[in-house]
Amino acid sequence: MSDYIVQTILAGVWETFVMTVFSSLFSYIVGLPLGVLLYATSKGRLLQNRGVNAVIGTIVNVTRAVPFLILLVLLIPFTRLIVGQSIGTTAAIVPLTIGAIPIVARMVESSLSEVGPGIIEAATSMGASPLYTIIHFIIPEAMPSLLQGGAINVATVLGYSAMAGVIGGGGLGAIALQYGYYRYQKDVLWTTVALLIIMVMLIQELGIRMSKKHRKT
Amino acid sequence: MSNVFELEHVNKTYKNDGKEFTALKDVSLEVKEGEIFGIIGMSGAGKSTLVRTLNRLEDVTEGQVRFYDKDLAALKPAELRKVRHSISMIFQGFNLLNQRTVIQNVEQSLRIIGAPRAERKQKAREMLKVVGLEEKENEYPARLSGGQKQRVAIARALATDPKVLLCDEATSALDPKITGEILDLLKKINLERKLTIVIITHEMAVVEKICDRVAIIDDGELAEIGDVKEVFSNPRSKAARKLVFPSNPFDPSDPDGKLIRILFDGTKSKVPFIADLVEKTGLKVNILSANTRSVGGIGYGQMIVELPESETERRTIIDFFRDGGLSVSEVRS
Repeated sequence: MSDYIVQTILAGVWETFVMTVFSSLFSYIVGLPLGVLLYATSKGRLLQNRGVNAVIGTIVNVTRAVPFLILLVLLIPFTRLIVGQSIGTTAAIVPLTIGAIPIVARMVESSLSEVGPGIIEAATSMGASPLYTIIHFIIPEAMPSLLQGGAINVATVLGYSAMAGVIGGGGLGAIALQYGYYRYQKDVLWTTVALLIIMVMLIQELGIRMSKKHRKT
Repeated sequence: MSNVFELEHVNKTYKNDGKEFTALKDVSLEVKEGEIFGIIGMSGAGKSTLVRTLNRLEDVTEGQVRFYDKDLAALKPAELRKVRHSISMIFQGFNLLNQRTVIQNVEQSLRIIGAPRAERKQKAREMLKVVGLEEKENEYPARLSGGQKQRVAIARALATDPKVLLCDEATSALDPKITGEILDLLKKINLERKLTIVIITHEMAVVEKICDRVAIIDDGELAEIGDVKEVFSNPRSKAARKLVFPSNPFDPSDPDGKLIRILFDGTKSKVPFIADLVEKTGLKVNILSANTRSVGGIGYGQMIVELPESETERRTIIDFFRDGGLSVSEVRS
């Protein structure tokens, strides 16, 4: 491989890293509260509310049902509205975030649902409000599971970021597509694939370690 | 003495798939200040539902639950939360936060009432000392035994200086020795802090050991209520008899046989009555069941015997026991 390609791949690693980190961060900023709401408003939970639950649940399901590649294309005007352009690393963060939000929300909901009813009953009996119970009892108890889910989400976003290459997003995915697919440079293709796999494995390992460190049972 | 809780004609009905299920039927009782009040019943009798009406974890369908003359059902959410600070609860499953240390768990109840940080720590340490776990404050619950976990839960429950402690099968997950230790601790707290305690259990041993008064719940109804000594030495309801003498079917060997119950009230339990009967009258009885238990340190007993067929012999035997100062009653199975 030429020096130019090596430089390009290194830049691609960085771009992929940037896209993954920011998309994950933004998707949690929106997805975490949504997941909490989905959990808390579902039947038999602290803030049971059929209407709110149905609305959020439907939005989440619909967004999740759209294939990510299609979502990328559909969101081009929206991306342009927010970042002023629709190609490049920054632009790719927008559809990546939108695509990850429903996945994060469902993952958070499922982690919170694992917390035993006894903990909630204890909190209520101590005179804790529903919001207090969620923040100080349910979320801390679900933390190991939330971290594990977090690792899965970040790895998913990383996988999606490779797809963003199709509509002009940067990163390893774009390189694999440009050099490996269109120009038949197999060595570039396999290198980028290997690098993506390594990145996913690192994220998983980090997630599992953090979760283990947190898990006291 | 004033009443901590007053329940008046409490009914609780659950609706499930259109089917109604009545968990509590017309329960009226009161819990007095400073006492240890036991609520006992078989599983499914409704005792857990009953205790949850005391802090309104369960709403009642009909009737009223009053805590120091306050109708719980009339309280707004914020008022109810405030009242709950005075009604602590411990559970069979301990319900500690597993991801938090022992002292953080104890501090949790103080955080809820808004105690300042420095005070929280000091109070939590003080409570851990009361339950004998001051050395474990930085451990996680997973590293503790069941008995220790329940002690942490007790420390957490007491930290807010509640007026009453509700115990929902608090010792049912523990072995007999640890159960005894936890009960001793509860008794100590009851005496030293004048704390009213309500204990839900299915174990007679728990009631015998520390309760002053007991209510027996059977199929959602209050079967019997009274002083533990009274109820245990002379159970009147069928549910009470089943609990006091769990393995006794009260079946005579012959369908026409006559059964009597002889009660030992603690003063006569050292006299060998049956041996005396045989020696003095030459008549024999068939012992179907006999049981003595220590209630508050005094031996109480009850014996079910089957009498011979002859009416005169029956008379002689009953008179013999009555003359000896025992109370004798006929048993109809």
